Amino acid sequence: MKLKAFLLSFIILMLIWLLLTGTFDLPMLLTGAISAAIISLILCSRCTIFKGLKLTPAAFFYTIVYLFVFLYELIRSNLDVARRVLSPSLPINPGIVDVKTRLKSPMARMILTNSITLTPGTLTVDIEDDTLFIHWIDVSSEDREEATKKIVNRFENIISKIYD
Amino acid sequence: METLQTIGAFVVLAGSIFIFLGALGLVRMPDVYNRIQAGTKASTLGTLLTLVGLIMIMPAWWNKFLLLAIFVIITNPVSSHVLARASHAAKIRLSKKTVTDHYETYKKEKEEKAHGVKS
Repeated sequence: MKLKAFLLSFIILMLIWLLLTGTFDLPMLLTGAISAAIISLILCSRCTIFKGLKLTPAAFFYTIVYLFVFLYELIRSNLDVARRVLSPSLPINPGIVDVKTRLKSPMARMILTNSITLTPGTLTVDIEDDTLFIHWIDVSSEDREEATKKIVNRFENIISKIYD
Repeated sequence: METLQTIGAFVVLAGSIFIFLGALGLVRMPDVYNRIQAGTKASTLGTLLTLVGLIMIMPAWWNKFLLLAIFVIITNPVSSHVLARASHAAKIRLSKKTVTDHYETYKKEKEEKAHGVKS
């Protein structure tokens, strides 16, 4: 577990370093590798953000799928906002509803709530255990199960394949 | 080369149109939560499109623009969530159009449990 967290944080830091410098010179690579190793050792010996992350080819595949679903939803959500803002009658019907999630690990929940915030008409206000409070610009159902089905499930099904 | 830059310029234009719509949303929406909604979404896609357009205009700098895009995607929803939570905690009222507020009921129930129900 510890080794996995260390390696993952090392790889992520190294990727950021490569993007920042943009070269593959040996001195640059060495500097980055040493700094990344020291930072990972100090900060990631006890960190829990990678807990539950699956490292299988299927998880990798679903990460890509997730990215595309996310981009699609982001564009759709923008067109939705544009439609609402531009129509003279301002067709909104807002409210705060509560939904349930079955994801356990904190990182998976963070990804889920961030995705919900960036999708059509929904904004995560708070999270309490497994209950998410969501501001919905167009409340079509106040029932918890119905709202869960409409807001959460789309992303949850994919994220649950990447995270435990 | 020329054509790529022209396409890039149009993508940047599309991004700024989305940001403009977000700004219009900030003015037209009735309360703080709806304003946050309009602002977050529009500014995220607007910034992303602007960055993509800039990559087309300046292909040599793609790595820095990619880092910026990742940073925006991660931090934008977090900040809007914190703003919304803080405004609810500060008891900023929802607009008159609001149909339901389960969060408020939940908070009240929790408080009653903590202090013991006074009959």
